[in-house]
Amino acid sequence: MPDNNTTPSVVVSDLGIQLYLGRNHSAYLKDTLLDTLKGQRPEHRQKFWALRNISFTLYPGDRLAILGTNGSGKSTLLKAISDIYTPNEGYIEKHGTLAPLLELGAGFNSYYNAVENIYLYGTILGYSRSFLSERINEIITFAELEDFADVPIKNYSSGMRSRLGFAICTSINPDILILDEVFAVGDAKFRKKSEERLMKIINDKTTVLFVSHSLELVQNICNKGLILQKGKPVALGEIDETVSCYKKLIGIENPEKKVNV
Amino acid sequence: MFKEIKLLFTNRALIQELVKKGIRLKYRNSFLGIIWSLFEPVLSITTMVIVFGTLFGHKEPEFILYVACGRLLFSFFSEGTLSACNSVRNNAELIKKVYIPNLFFPVSEILWRFIVFLISLIVLVPLIIIFRIKITVNIFLAFIALALLFILTLSMGIILSIVNVYFRDVEFLWKVITTIIMYLSAVFYYPNAILESDWGFLLNCNPFFSILQLFRVGVSCAEFSPWFIWYPLIFSILLSALSLLFYYFNHRKLILYV
Repeated sequence: MPDNNTTPSVVVSDLGIQLYLGRNHSAYLKDTLLDTLKGQRPEHRQKFWALRNISFTLYPGDRLAILGTNGSGKSTLLKAISDIYTPNEGYIEKHGTLAPLLELGAGFNSYYNAVENIYLYGTILGYSRSFLSERINEIITFAELEDFADVPIKNYSSGMRSRLGFAICTSINPDILILDEVFAVGDAKFRKKSEERLMKIINDKTTVLFVSHSLELVQNICNKGLILQKGKPVALGEIDETVSCYKKLIGIENPEKKVNV
Repeated sequence: MFKEIKLLFTNRALIQELVKKGIRLKYRNSFLGIIWSLFEPVLSITTMVIVFGTLFGHKEPEFILYVACGRLLFSFFSEGTLSACNSVRNNAELIKKVYIPNLFFPVSEILWRFIVFLISLIVLVPLIIIFRIKITVNIFLAFIALALLFILTLSMGIILSIVNVYFRDVEFLWKVITTIIMYLSAVFYYPNAILESDWGFLLNCNPFFSILQLFRVGVSCAEFSPWFIWYPLIFSILLSALSLLFYYFNHRKLILYV
């Protein structure tokens, strides 16, 4: 257990995030102006709480698994911690460098080749050019793209693309690592390799926030767990307790599903 | 607010990378690379000079320089604002995944287009030499005009990039408005007759017209008037302040709409 005298790396306090549904709402200026001329007040967008009342504190070395069914707010929580969403309630405090591994390769340009994309995507993630120059060969080797480094990535297969994304994202040692289903990358061989690489960048001082549907993997990596349901926290505690609680929860929620599987 | 502007400077590497991306992708597969950006304006300037020169009976060589200035400055303004307008929306997938201040997109878009535009100004050099146009100290006015044009285009681009996230049809509306601005900017005609008529205010209210005239004064093909400095200067300062305020009040909400 990390001792409580050290400063926490992530503090989430009573976090609430509101998102829009965008139902019955025109995204056109013409419609909005016409409605105003007709004297109709433009309809307010329907909002809903994608997350509410979330609180937890993580110390360096804590590895938190976030569990929940689809649409329970897991990704929203990771995005809020990555600064993409601003809290509507509560606050988030972070100490240390943060590396978000949300959906690999989102910043790629398909007309660029691997080397150019490493610079572009790496810069987007906040790495300096000299840092990237040092690691460029290592990244390409790891992604197994030596023969394709000068090919525009629009001609890559989706597996090659995500391998490149994974290799760029994991070429650093961040203090806080945010992982969203990154293991679904490449074939079985590459998957094993990427698990090993990830384990290498996670040391005993790294704080990890991890979303995955693979409970086995979650139990291997994490020491704490948080269960979300419809944006609300259901359980927060040691990983083994949370996982068994989660198993019970989805078992009770979808009894038919269990029969089908 | 100031934090975001400071980020633009601390994160220069990203701006550089985005600027490079714009230039590279535009000229990637063309045989002559960036030189190609000179041919396109030359062709359209030639056409304009033939059509409007014949139509209005302008035979003097200054008219060619006059139209060339108009065509070059206007296409930077219209293409720059339009591409900035779409810049945040085009990067929607990216800003949903990684935190990048939205300001980066219009700024880098306008920056790379400004660089290409400055290169395209080379087109004017042979015209000035061939027609022996006297370049005087007035040339500094041309540089002021370029600076004002940059500020005007950037501020307009920032505002449009935000509004276009809320309303998708702003892009099309803006295309209509730029066409109107083109006709009201004396791009390919001499403005005197209109300025002397009751409709003169239409040109005088248009900050782009004043910037264009100021630039033309700089290369000795228009007559100076103090209005050409003061009006666009005040307009650009106010518009840039407005764009930053507008950005400040909206930038955290955009992610919910893209």
